[in-house]
Amino acid sequence: MANPTIVEPTIFELASPGRTGVTFPASDVPAADSLPKNLLRSDLPLPELAEVDVVRHYMHLSKFNYSVDSGFYPLGSCTMKYNPKIDEDTCRLPGFVHTHPLQPIETVQGNLALMYTLQEWLKEISGFAAVTLQPAAGAHGEFTGVLIMRAYHKSRGDHKRTKMIVPDSAHGTNPASAGMLGMSVVVIPSDERGNVDLEKLKAACDDTVVGMMLTNPNTLGMFDEHVEEIVKIVHDCGGLMYGDGANLNALLGIVRPGDLGFDVMHFNLHKTFAVPHGGGGPGSGPVGVAERLADFLPEPLVGILEEGDDEQPPLFGFVKPEKSIGRMKAFHGHFGGGLVRSFTYIAMHGPDGLKDVSQYAVLNANYLQARLRGTYTIPYDRICMHEFVAEGRFEGSDVRALDIAKRLMDYNFHPPTNYFPLIVHEALMIEPTETENKDTLDAFADALIKIADEAKSSPDLLHNAPANTPFGRMDEVKAARELVLCCWLPENYEQLA
Amino acid sequence: MTYIPISPKERDAMLKTIGVKSLDDLFEAIPAKHRFPQLDLPPALTEMEAAAELADIANSNENIRGDLVSFLGAGMYNHYIPSVIDHMLRRGEFYTAYTPYQPEISQGTLQAIFEYQSLMTALTGMELSNASHYDGATAAAEAVNLAYAQFRGKRKKVVISPTVHPQYRAVIRTYTQGMELELSGDDGNADLDTKPEELAGMIDDNTSLVIVQYPDFFGRIFDYTKLIETAHSKGALVCVVANPTALALLKTPGEMGADVVVGEGQPLGLPLWYGGPSLGFFTTRKQFVHKMAGRLVGETMDSRGQRSYVLTLTAREQHIKRERATSNICSNQGLLALGSAIYMSVLGKTGMRQVAELCYQKAHYAADQLSQIDGMGLCFSDPFFHEFALCVNRPVEEVNAHLLEHGILGGYDLGQDYPALKDHMLIAVTEMNSKEEIDQLAEVLAEVSHG
Repeated sequence: MANPTIVEPTIFELASPGRTGVTFPASDVPAADSLPKNLLRSDLPLPELAEVDVVRHYMHLSKFNYSVDSGFYPLGSCTMKYNPKIDEDTCRLPGFVHTHPLQPIETVQGNLALMYTLQEWLKEISGFAAVTLQPAAGAHGEFTGVLIMRAYHKSRGDHKRTKMIVPDSAHGTNPASAGMLGMSVVVIPSDERGNVDLEKLKAACDDTVVGMMLTNPNTLGMFDEHVEEIVKIVHDCGGLMYGDGANLNALLGIVRPGDLGFDVMHFNLHKTFAVPHGGGGPGSGPVGVAERLADFLPEPLVGILEEGDDEQPPLFGFVKPEKSIGRMKAFHGHFGGGLVRSFTYIAMHGPDGLKDVSQYAVLNANYLQARLRGTYTIPYDRICMHEFVAEGRFEGSDVRALDIAKRLMDYNFHPPTNYFPLIVHEALMIEPTETENKDTLDAFADALIKIADEAKSSPDLLHNAPANTPFGRMDEVKAARELVLCCWLPENYEQLA
Repeated sequence: MTYIPISPKERDAMLKTIGVKSLDDLFEAIPAKHRFPQLDLPPALTEMEAAAELADIANSNENIRGDLVSFLGAGMYNHYIPSVIDHMLRRGEFYTAYTPYQPEISQGTLQAIFEYQSLMTALTGMELSNASHYDGATAAAEAVNLAYAQFRGKRKKVVISPTVHPQYRAVIRTYTQGMELELSGDDGNADLDTKPEELAGMIDDNTSLVIVQYPDFFGRIFDYTKLIETAHSKGALVCVVANPTALALLKTPGEMGADVVVGEGQPLGLPLWYGGPSLGFFTTRKQFVHKMAGRLVGETMDSRGQRSYVLTLTAREQHIKRERATSNICSNQGLLALGSAIYMSVLGKTGMRQVAELCYQKAHYAADQLSQIDGMGLCFSDPFFHEFALCVNRPVEEVNAHLLEHGILGGYDLGQDYPALKDHMLIAVTEMNSKEEIDQLAEVLAEVSHG
């Protein structure tokens, strides 16, 4: 096979011996004795480049990326909304950036006040009694929540609960979180309206159930029409109700999960509260709990150590919940990149602005659903929440959801999530978010309708897509078979000089 | 302030297409008695007001660039962050992209992660790196998950050196609650003068993993080669929690034979940010790749014959393996991994070595000065890198309060985690500390000692 064309060399291939980028001042202290030789490394095979080499390289790479800043990114369940630019400035204020997590609390009252206030706001938005900001991402929040559920049952001497119920439309992280604690998973099917099948749920509920993990709206974009009954069935068997907050962008000022009887829920600050996704992270996954679970939250929480008065603000500090499950990560959560951005976002929206966010997120999804109805099969066709699922297949055609997704790139759109949820054939899961205008939604719907035509008239356009992107389809089998997971300096590197 | 780009007229046209009269009509599936709660939140701020309010909050902190001189480390370190890093990270193409699930339009992120993996592999002396975990502590906990999966849960013991960061040990305890493991050695009352070889006595045929830190929590440098040999002779794996700055200078854990090397990547050009978000790096050997959690980028070719990159071995992960996955992780610290890759690239071999050398030299000068103060002394005599335990012979809280009056952020109070080290502080010195600052620290501590 011919050698592949190199579009952009790696940073190792760009290196040249003796080039320097950032250097540091000479030492201003007397030289210390060297470490014994057996403790030193002989070689440090890192690349050598000038700053301009590095900048050009990463600029080139950035241009290969599609991003929210460049276009429509309707990934279902990912909430790829526009990220306000001011958040980038507030999270980089020197007072936030240059504070050490172990500083005495008296010197970081600003950080602690911000965290305390954000805990309070998230409680109010979700209807929970207490919130921890520590979890690093949604999945980390889920793991926290499941640990709390387990600890609650154990604290009551209830040791036989080992089963976690999840619907068949659940995110893979739900069963994986339960699996990390050795729980077994019971899957409940959805009914024809996309709701949890109540009879099957009742049959699964007994005194071995830890609880149920429910995403609501679910991954079909449907708000479960029997949510209160589900909560009651689970509570009646002594189980706890976990809410997967992945889809909270549909619910701000619309309904509070705590009011519906949920016991625990994680927030995805990187979805709902506009923390940018960063090419895959970092996220931020605070967890809210009902009163009876508050004592089990991870340590530490931010609390008021001394009440304030008219002249003095309160003294904020750390408190340890009485029966805490322990620590989820070092230090205090994703403060700078997560909490400060979301604090800014919530402060700038207020109660009415947050309700608008959800109302327009739902409006945009329903509008797109209405525009595509008739061209694409929508298996659960009713008013959706912030997202909906269509089938990416056509009668008598071998075109698949994957082909449609790739062809959308040729029209300069990011494709929707595909092949999830698993219960829809050739799923295309579309979440437009509230930050897209009608023109964009129309252009996207027009492209999808045109692609449906192409699927009939010239299916190879789809099979061979994308054609207009800098890269074509990848050979994923080759990647997994050869497992080339890193590169090095060239073998003759030292002779290159 | 709103970021919704839809006019009232457009909204009405859209409602008409949907076939409903008002926005409220879209929410009939919500139980009526809980629908549209009035949220008790402060009214919305404009951008101008929010900028001012956030600046006020930030300014009410005392930060370690303008207000305080810092000698605090204990897991996060004050290093110089070259300007170029944030210029690159602020490109919307990087920070507003999602996980690169569509490789044709995500090669920027994918190649950057591939290069990050390569740089981490070179730095640790290991064979491969994943795309990162949340932080050093959770990366260490994921090493326990890897070992647990490697032995199919049959080996029930994990030996953890008491000189692994106390918060890392706490996170491992949290993560393993459902595994019925025995965590040996995880004891703040242990004799801290014991050499690593003595941990070997705890390793048996039931041990899946041994965890040590390098340099350890007190900054000490030990060669773990012998310990690793002993562990391997019992069939156990070894995880080394390493400081990446030190690795530019020190013999690599890879060379010592480690099976997993993890650590906190914050020192590689990332801000302190009051503790996060940061970067948990995770490197290992090829034979464990299928048991390792976390994203992984591999090289391949596209349909046009171009070298390119994809997320690979995804069958290990939660969205496929569900409850049988090693971990539920479904993100990586993407943007921060990119930041650390830019740091390593722009410092290169020379700059990375220089930073490590400066840390080493300045910390040794500081140790030398401080240990000459009456009534104070170094706690250990082993070789160390850029941190050391100083006995101050009085409550650390008192000493630090005095230092703070002089604008100095003192060391970490070791008595919190180690009863035997009451009245000891852990002092960190980096390239950011000038001789003058170190001399001032010595002066004020001398005052405390005499006062």
